[in-house]
Amino acid sequence: MATEPLIRVEDLTAAYDDRVVLQDISFEVFPGEVFVILGGSGSGKSTLLKHMIGLYPPARGKIFIDGTDIAGVERDERLEVLRKFGVMYQSGALFGSMTLLENICLPLEEFTDLPAEATRLIASMKLKQVGLSGFDRHMPSELSGGMQKRAAIARAMALDPRILFLDEPSAGLDPITSVELDELILNLAKTLKMTFVIVSHELASIFTIADRVIMLDNRTKGIAAVGKPEELRDHSDSPWVRQFFSRQASADA
Amino acid sequence: MASTQPTAVEMRSETDRAGALKFIIAGRLDSTTTGQLWRRTTETILRAKPNHLTIDAAGVDYCDGSGIALLMHLRDRQQARGGAIEIIGLRSEFQEMFDEATAGPLTAPSSGAKEDAGFVEQVGKKVIEVFQDTASLINFVGELFLAMLYAARRPRRVRWADTLKIAEAVGVDALPIVLLIGFLMGLIMAFQAAVPLGQFGAQLFVANLIGLAILRELGPLMTAIVLAGRSGSAFAAELGTMKVREEIDALKTMGLEPVRFLVVPRVIAALVMTPLLTIFADLVGVMGGAVVLLSLGYPLVTFFHQVQYAVSYGSPVGGLVKSFFFGILVAAIGCLRGLQTKTGASAVGESTTNAVVSGIILIVITDGIFSVIYYYLWV
Repeated sequence: MATEPLIRVEDLTAAYDDRVVLQDISFEVFPGEVFVILGGSGSGKSTLLKHMIGLYPPARGKIFIDGTDIAGVERDERLEVLRKFGVMYQSGALFGSMTLLENICLPLEEFTDLPAEATRLIASMKLKQVGLSGFDRHMPSELSGGMQKRAAIARAMALDPRILFLDEPSAGLDPITSVELDELILNLAKTLKMTFVIVSHELASIFTIADRVIMLDNRTKGIAAVGKPEELRDHSDSPWVRQFFSRQASADA
Repeated sequence: MASTQPTAVEMRSETDRAGALKFIIAGRLDSTTTGQLWRRTTETILRAKPNHLTIDAAGVDYCDGSGIALLMHLRDRQQARGGAIEIIGLRSEFQEMFDEATAGPLTAPSSGAKEDAGFVEQVGKKVIEVFQDTASLINFVGELFLAMLYAARRPRRVRWADTLKIAEAVGVDALPIVLLIGFLMGLIMAFQAAVPLGQFGAQLFVANLIGLAILRELGPLMTAIVLAGRSGSAFAAELGTMKVREEIDALKTMGLEPVRFLVVPRVIAALVMTPLLTIFADLVGVMGGAVVLLSLGYPLVTFFHQVQYAVSYGSPVGGLVKSFFFGILVAAIGCLRGLQTKTGASAVGESTTNAVVSGIILIVITDGIFSVIYYYLWV
């Protein structure tokens, strides 16, 4: 890919107080790809994501979203950067006191001057895209876990961002629902040409959805491997990585 | 006999030759039976100090993790003393468990709980915490001030629908309890004062007492404390739950600052509703006093004249000004504690408690400051 990277992580070191979670991580995400961050529990996947979306300031290093340093950005410009991506949180994080429609309308109301009629129409379109039309008047607590996650994706897409960050989309879902969610992600990636950054521990879906993966290593606090899953399976330098991916491939077959 | 499951464990100890000890264990070694065996064997070893210990476990027909732990414990004890140990007759499946458990180093078990820091360290940590808390409080006040300014300049950007809903919960829903407490407080105070004042033939001065105390101090104070208990805690719990459920993070990444989006509506609601509630508390408090004097035979007109005579306009107005600040404080500290919530369900409870405690402390401190200010303004 010769295009400019959409997200660039440069020598990122992340730490909670003194405890280093990630050490000198660098990688790039290109427009239009589905990029999966893999790793065992405690390897810093979610930490990496929260740094990429600017919730935590990096201890060292920089993160650029479409050329802007997300940690160093000024208040006014910050909104511009934030509008470039949407986030689906692990728990869905829908606002519990609002209906689904209101949840999705919220970013539209806050950042556009569209009339209420228009925001409602756009919000119900988004709900339809994730297969939840007809649920607009439901409260988040009235939905199943899978539906909540889909609604959260709809909310993340409300402003049609270029990037969608998904934090463990399949966590806590049954295999059937998580396959459905994978299909939804694939579909959106294909039809909307959005860039996806997905944190996952679910190996099952890697080969179906991921264009490229990055694998975090618990022990070195760094990157164990980056690349296309097939390439990693067949040509990785590390036998551990090769074995890891091929085991998954055989499990799929 | 063979078909019945042995429910207990049996142990015999034999001392065959000088310095050699043998435990013969039979039955079930599980978590219910191991405890007493643990104590007995440990005691026996301590007493006998054998240089060679044999454990004959041929009769053990069930052994779980605690049984394995007992065997390991005995082995470690013996090895630490420099003695030899031999475990014989253990069934192959249990032997496997034992081998697996003893393979490789086992990190020394601790008490399980986090180790307590020393006294000095704890004091130091607390001091640092207090400073950090003060810093975050100052930070928050600044942020809130900016957000309120922003709201004043662009009132259309305030979430009025939310504000109204919160105002209903803070104000209207609190009205019954504020009325009850206010009325009873006036009644009780008047009743308690009537007897001693009556001894001096000064029963009518109950009106002065009630008028001054309720309008100046107790009305605003009690209302604020009710507010801290009802709404400060509710704000903390609400925002805390949102924090735990990542909703606060979601707001931040949507570019909606939690202070502007969540705190400002709550503070506005509280600063409008607290003075209103205080007016009600003042009124019913004075009415409580009136009821007592009425029952003592004074006509209402006399009572109200006396109150009018005793209380200048400064008292109720001063009380209302205070209540205005109480409202801001309670709402702000409730929200701050909510936003400071760490992860986990117990964290929400903690921040709720903190919200009420800090709220009441701040109310009392502010009340003291106001007393000084009013003293210099009016005297």
